[in-house]
Amino acid sequence: MSGVGALASALPHLLALGVDDAPTGPQGLGLRATQGQVLEWPTLVPLPVLVPLVAAGLALALARHRRAQAAVSTVALSVVLATSVAMLLAVQDVGTLVVTVGGWPAASGISLVADQLSTLMLSVSSAVTLGVLVYSVAQGAADGDDGAPVAIFHPTYLVLSAGVSNAFLSGDLFNLYVGFEMLLAASFVLLTLGGTSARIRAGSTYVVVSIASSLVFLAAIALVYAATGTANLAQLPERLDALDDGVRLALQLSLLVAFGIKAAVFPLSAWLPDSYPTAPAPVTAVFAGLLTKVGVYAIIRTQTLLFPEGRLDDLLLVVALATMVVGILGAVAQSDVKRLLSFTLVSHIGYMVFGIAVGSVAGLASAIFYVVHHITVQTTLFLVLGLVERRGGSTSMDHLGGMAKLSPLLGVLFFVPAMNLAGIPPLSGFLGKVGLIQAGVADGGVLPLVLVGGSVLTSLLTLYAVAKAWNRAFWSRPATVGREEETRADDDEAPDAATTLSGVGEVSQRQDAVERAQGVSAVATREDDEAAAAGALTGAAVDPERTPVEMTRVPRGMVAPTAALVALGLSLTVLAGPLLRVAEDSALELDQRQPYVRAVLGQAAADRVAPTTQVGPAGGSR
Amino acid sequence: MSPALVLVAVVFVLVATGVYLVLERSLTRVLVGVILMSNGINVLFLVASGAAGEPALVGSAEPARMSDPLPQAMVLTAIVITLGLTAFLLAMAYRSWQLHGHDEVQDDVEDRQVRGRAVRDETSGSYDPDDEEAPVEERSEDRRRAHASPSPRDRSPGDGPRRAAQRREEGP
Repeated sequence: MSGVGALASALPHLLALGVDDAPTGPQGLGLRATQGQVLEWPTLVPLPVLVPLVAAGLALALARHRRAQAAVSTVALSVVLATSVAMLLAVQDVGTLVVTVGGWPAASGISLVADQLSTLMLSVSSAVTLGVLVYSVAQGAADGDDGAPVAIFHPTYLVLSAGVSNAFLSGDLFNLYVGFEMLLAASFVLLTLGGTSARIRAGSTYVVVSIASSLVFLAAIALVYAATGTANLAQLPERLDALDDGVRLALQLSLLVAFGIKAAVFPLSAWLPDSYPTAPAPVTAVFAGLLTKVGVYAIIRTQTLLFPEGRLDDLLLVVALATMVVGILGAVAQSDVKRLLSFTLVSHIGYMVFGIAVGSVAGLASAIFYVVHHITVQTTLFLVLGLVERRGGSTSMDHLGGMAKLSPLLGVLFFVPAMNLAGIPPLSGFLGKVGLIQAGVADGGVLPLVLVGGSVLTSLLTLYAVAKAWNRAFWSRPATVGREEETRADDDEAPDAATTLSGVGEVSQRQDAVERAQGVSAVATREDDEAAAAGALTGAAVDPERTPVEMTRVPRGMVAPTAALVALGLSLTVLAGPLLRVAEDSALELDQRQPYVRAVLGQAAADRVAPTTQVGPAGGSR
Repeated sequence: MSPALVLVAVVFVLVATGVYLVLERSLTRVLVGVILMSNGINVLFLVASGAAGEPALVGSAEPARMSDPLPQAMVLTAIVITLGLTAFLLAMAYRSWQLHGHDEVQDDVEDRQVRGRAVRDETSGSYDPDDEEAPVEERSEDRRRAHASPSPRDRSPGDGPRRAAQRREEGP
């Protein structure tokens, strides 16, 4: 599967390279500027895509040597992180970096463009990817060699990372599609790792929805090409501006629907809380952090660069409100913390869409800042939850309890990002939300003001949801209550209790994969809530008794990357000044549109593209 | 340029039947639907590439008379990708059949539970009655009452007397 994704992405590159060797090949070599010196900045641009792909092949070849495989992946993702940060710094100095792959001119070839937004996204995503990789390596080391299918984990994970990088760097719509497909194909494999019943169930929804969204995207690309004759993001602004209004609106809508499914924006978000929680903890963490954000990135890129008039801004505002409120109400109703966090993930996508829909530079800057914050925080929370699951044997609030006493460190690790998510000052979540609210108030319209109210409400409800999880999991007393009820349950529901007992016993033997499957099958047999209550309570009472050894060990190797990511989340608060400046610069760059076009096609083409602020009828707001 | 009507009709039929099949519950039918839809969209690329021309090989014809090679390259990539995804979907349908004896997409169990609680007007499973700041004696009495009642959930305040009474009538 991953091989297909890799092949698919490599195919256009190979074609381009092949033709480039011919003497009659296109003139204007993209890398000609770099031939004088050994290394110039644009040389770095393809690395975040190439290095993980090469490493994926290497890791697949080393499938039998776990250590070597882990080393290859870690080194590769470290290189990607270093490259991304270097590019982020370089872009501040020398401006947007462009590489036209294979030396084809930008209009017909594939261009990779690293501007401020791309490199910022790339840096954060690769930091998070590396952290999750270290976590999962430690988890694998702790669990021993029983999990045989894990041999494909590393290659697939690397392809996922390459796909994410490709999507961020892509300079044309079709390459963006290829990036999406790479990361989706990899995510299918990761989500259904081991092929247990629960994962197949969750995976089938996810795969079908993802394929449907990809087909919508593909159709949109075909329509864009039919209308303009190009899929290049730098060429499109000029040609789209020349199009009929109705045609442009149709293209905008079809692209928005495609990206809306990927970003899990409200009416298109039902697949997410259904599918994410069943995956292993590190996989859920990286999905939650990255995959939806790639969709948000695509929305930002296309809305600013291609469709600057903002005719759908009102629609986006309504959708953002619905995403925030419906998402968080879903979170409040959940009793499983993983599912709760999946719903908050949907809900907080609404904040980013809000920032995009407001359309001012300030709104965009806040949305970008919020994406950076949310990638870090959401990933960290899922990683911590993986640790909680190891320590407490469950992620359900009905089963957990007294974790604060069991492991104060986990308490801190959960508390900080949870409060960050809810937006408690002075953390970065608060700064992002304040930025969005300011942008909404500055806009002054009725709808943005309603959105401001909605975002405050969502923030409060997020606080309620995570505080509930925190109270129930870390401070409640399940053991005493559980034991008392257990005797009662044994009297009343002896058969049911016995079945769940054996279910739970098996659960604690194996990893979370089996656990979810068992839990679901146990749940499925519960006919009425009496049985459910008995199952829940015996679960709470039995867990600590049956497996005292298994759950009291949380490997240091897993705690360290989690703590590092918590620290990264905190550093976003400390570094909020410079970060906001980068976000504002990139928002300004997006708003002007010309820098992007100039970097890819040159000054003459850029002059034919009007900046956003001059296109809109309102002038000043898109 | 006016697009060929036949191609547009083919796209329409393929995508429409594909959408119809994707809405089915059986993964195999979904798979067939996905194949039809993706083929329809591949044909859409042919529409996008404009009128047919000479093969786009360097030196074989005048560039002006060649057909547009770019959509062809895109379709080629899209076909390869769809092939991979289809293979994966097929494997998953097979695995689902192995595990369950059928390949139907199932409902989310946890989701159904949450919905069931809403229908029965109960408090969420994550609600903790011990959070209430009730005096100790009252709470222990509460617990004794709960002991006698058919379900511990009956004592949750959100339940209301009507539900509790109804529950008693229904019996355990």
